[in-house]
Amino acid sequence: MIAIDMLSGALLLAGAALGVIGAIGLHRLPDFYTRAHAAGITDTLCAGLFLSGLAIHFGATLASVKLGLIFLFLLFTSPTACHALAKSALASGLLPWGAGAPPPLATTNTAGMPPSNP
Amino acid sequence: MIVFAAAGIAVLLSLALALARALIGPALFDRVLAVNMVGTKTVLLIAWMATLSGRADYLDIALLYALINFLGVIAVLRYYEDTGFGGQESR
Repeated sequence: MIAIDMLSGALLLAGAALGVIGAIGLHRLPDFYTRAHAAGITDTLCAGLFLSGLAIHFGATLASVKLGLIFLFLLFTSPTACHALAKSALASGLLPWGAGAPPPLATTNTAGMPPSNP
Repeated sequence: MIVFAAAGIAVLLSLALALARALIGPALFDRVLAVNMVGTKTVLLIAWMATLSGRADYLDIALLYALINFLGVIAVLRYYEDTGFGGQESR
């Protein structure tokens, strides 16, 4: 019984620590594209660890299935949202940090369409 | 119990940091990224509250919040791609 609580606590703390690391990365990193790394990656793993830590409290019930579904959904949508963000940022001509010459991608929209604004 | 509270407070702290980035963020995309992170952390906090109060039906709210958070981000991006928010300087 104690081992289960310890496992749940360890998972919860690991997830929460990753969340804080991601949030600090959001502030420390210089530009949008690097921050997308911090936010996008830690979100998914932090949610995974945290939700599995919570699922232990519920045991093998419907609630754990719901927590698994929430994690599955976050697993698919968080990277997708980050990808859409980065694509839209690049399409709007936001240059990556330290990119002196504009990268060829910035001139044409990555989807082949002309950039939506000049 | 202490560990449970500590994990919740740590998630709250990361939510506050992400909110700060949303307020500071120079470019529009920093703000959308931060708001996406705030949404994900809110889902975690709702699930944390569900476990704390022992009521499993809060998890439906958390799932719904995750759905809507994702749609919100995509909606803002799609709206920005079309109208550019009135040429507001977002570099």
